[in-house]
Amino acid sequence: MMLDEINAIAQRQREKEESFRHRIDVCIAAGCLSSHSDDIVAAFEKEIARRGLEKSCRAKGVGCLGLCAAGPLVAVEPAGTLYRGVAAGDVGEILDALASSPPARLHCPRETPFFQRQLKIVLENCGRIDPESIEEYIAAGGYQAMHTALTRMSPDEVIREVARSGLRGRGGAGFPTGLKWSTVAKAENATKFVVCNADEGDPGAFMDRSVLESDPHRIIEGMVIAGWAVGATRGFIYVRAEYPLAVKRVKSALAAAERSGLLGGSLFHTPFGFDIKVRLGAGAFVCGEETALIASIEGRLGRPRPRPPYPAESGLWGCPTLINNVETFANIAPILRNGSGWFAGIGTEKSKGTKVFALAGRVRNTGLIEVPMGTSLRDIVFAIGGGIKDDRGFKAAQTGGPSGGCIPEQHLDLPIDYDSLAAVGSIMGSGGMIIMDETACMVDVAKYFMAFCRAESCGACVPCRVGTTQLHRLLDRITAGRGAATDLARIEDLCDLVKTTSLCGLGQTAPNPVLSTLRYFRDEYEAHIQGRRCPAGVCKL
Amino acid sequence: MAHRPFDPKHPAYPGGGRSTAILTLRIDGQDVGARSGDTILKVARENEIHIPTLCHLEGLSSLGACRLCLVEVTGAARLMPACVTAVRQDMEVTTRSERLQAYRRKLLELFFSERNHVCAVCVSNGHCELQTLAETLGMTHVRYDYLYPPDAIDASHHRFSVDHNRCILCLRCVRACEEIEGAHTWDVMGRGIEARVITDLNQPWGESESCTGCGKCVQVCPTGALTEKGRAVAEMVKNKEFLPYLRVMRRREF
Repeated sequence: MMLDEINAIAQRQREKEESFRHRIDVCIAAGCLSSHSDDIVAAFEKEIARRGLEKSCRAKGVGCLGLCAAGPLVAVEPAGTLYRGVAAGDVGEILDALASSPPARLHCPRETPFFQRQLKIVLENCGRIDPESIEEYIAAGGYQAMHTALTRMSPDEVIREVARSGLRGRGGAGFPTGLKWSTVAKAENATKFVVCNADEGDPGAFMDRSVLESDPHRIIEGMVIAGWAVGATRGFIYVRAEYPLAVKRVKSALAAAERSGLLGGSLFHTPFGFDIKVRLGAGAFVCGEETALIASIEGRLGRPRPRPPYPAESGLWGCPTLINNVETFANIAPILRNGSGWFAGIGTEKSKGTKVFALAGRVRNTGLIEVPMGTSLRDIVFAIGGGIKDDRGFKAAQTGGPSGGCIPEQHLDLPIDYDSLAAVGSIMGSGGMIIMDETACMVDVAKYFMAFCRAESCGACVPCRVGTTQLHRLLDRITAGRGAATDLARIEDLCDLVKTTSLCGLGQTAPNPVLSTLRYFRDEYEAHIQGRRCPAGVCKL
Repeated sequence: MAHRPFDPKHPAYPGGGRSTAILTLRIDGQDVGARSGDTILKVARENEIHIPTLCHLEGLSSLGACRLCLVEVTGAARLMPACVTAVRQDMEVTTRSERLQAYRRKLLELFFSERNHVCAVCVSNGHCELQTLAETLGMTHVRYDYLYPPDAIDASHHRFSVDHNRCILCLRCVRACEEIEGAHTWDVMGRGIEARVITDLNQPWGESESCTGCGKCVQVCPTGALTEKGRAVAEMVKNKEFLPYLRVMRRREF
């Protein structure tokens, strides 16, 4: 594959698309697909054929259109009309309205804050291209960055560009990506690996799944560039088996890239080659922890080991290994395409670029959103999210899943970035955001996350294995109305033990939901213990 | 390959192959010397500085899992497990502080709360590493709920038995079986608080086809979980001296 071939594919694809007067895009990511959006594509194709519109109109499946709450979603381009809650029986009505105004019943206006306040970098192709078509990814500018990196940039230049962009790891901890890349690049070893961590497991989080389902080539491109930069020739995508659609689309994207010569040996006629294999996680949350993930890929028990040595020094089969999250890799191609200065101009001082959030819980507009770093929580909940369902009051936003915390109303104007979230006792995490209203009991929420950690603890170290069990028992007792006055002190003491002495990140962060709810909603704990009542009316005391 | 007598790193050169860097550090205020690559635990023990351990055993690979050997390293954000943390030049290590001892006591209490550790009726009473540590660290009571899991005893093996009530999941048996005996009869099943050591694919030990009956697992077990049959209370004394010996004999450095 050469650059002119890529450009020719892009040109052909664009001309083909522009030959249609109306292009109907149906979301076929897992959310809408679960409402049988594939039937809608089939119904459109049938109806278009029946009306003899094949020359002027085409229908296809695309990735996530974002507003999952209103799915299945259908977009009609180039008019830009969006339809919500579409069923297969509605296709005639939509085709009738192609030349006129859309029927109010199905129309989903795009001039709302949900669409206007977002900035899409990672999700730029989501809902625009057919995830199973490499031509469409190429037509959208795909694989250009990879060509630039491999043919015109040295590995050091690529790393400098990534470092200058200020990109930080999107898996949650926010480690500077450029620094990680340069560490792996400096490691002296003939064999190195690049691993994409797609073992997304936080309750309520579906960012990585949506990216893989909607735009899988973006990850491949990011990984090949990473391989070139750090000196690795083999990569693995570790994705959980609970994401069958993402697995299927990633595998078909890998096959397409191999067929097109964009994976394999001598890419763009350079001596550099890169291969990617898929490895499936078997359902253990802890395998998202990088050392456990490595053990799992190697075929061993998915348990973490103490770090150092870090995977950058000794990872897969003892070789230097670069492990980045899906969203991190998804940012690489745009950074190289548009320059590090462009990326560094977005976001806050220490957190650059955008962040994808899976907005869930009690907001009106649940779905997949991408906002610049530094956007306030209030904007996300009330502008983009459309406020709380049923006009109830906002109570807390949970970020970072079982490793994160609950942010109360007083911090609604907090600009969301890595450091501000840490300052209020939560973490950025991978991007799950669960909004809770006044009907949520914060003790019950803490108990839920502790039950999650207890069940997902691998059992290697005693503070996590037994500590989370003991914490869960204490919380369970409080929600059952059997809490003792001394229990809060016992919980705090145990949280400190688990946090300080656990072996890996799972245990070290497992107490966070408890500590943050104790910090902001201590009165609710006390009402359960002293008043024997649950203020939210959730717990049966 | 050609003999290269003038290469000081060549094994044939006097002192060759042992060009390990020597470094100095400070443990509990005491200046000590070490080879690069040594762990904090190894250097501390060489200098008669006692760091409590439970999952660690000389001769087996290290897990860093029991967390009792956590030490403070100046400049490090977290406590570091001494058994797997390599020494560095000018490192400052504290192995004993009020804070560390308090954490160690609480970790021991978690161990005691997890299963049914009733010393008075245990075959290993008086010869148990968990019990000894509780005594030396001054653990006088358990502040956490006893979980009382309903665990069984597998006495199907003709010479040995496993009592899961006494198991602390240190995985010494798993490592000894895999790394020393090479049988890999033992492994772990389940996750978190549900984790249990198992023989083969969770078959009764007596029906295990991979078990050679060597008994190494029994000898390395720190508690009364793995025992020889026919021992009454306090009669099970274990012998771990074979391990370093086997390790030395299997080295291929001569």
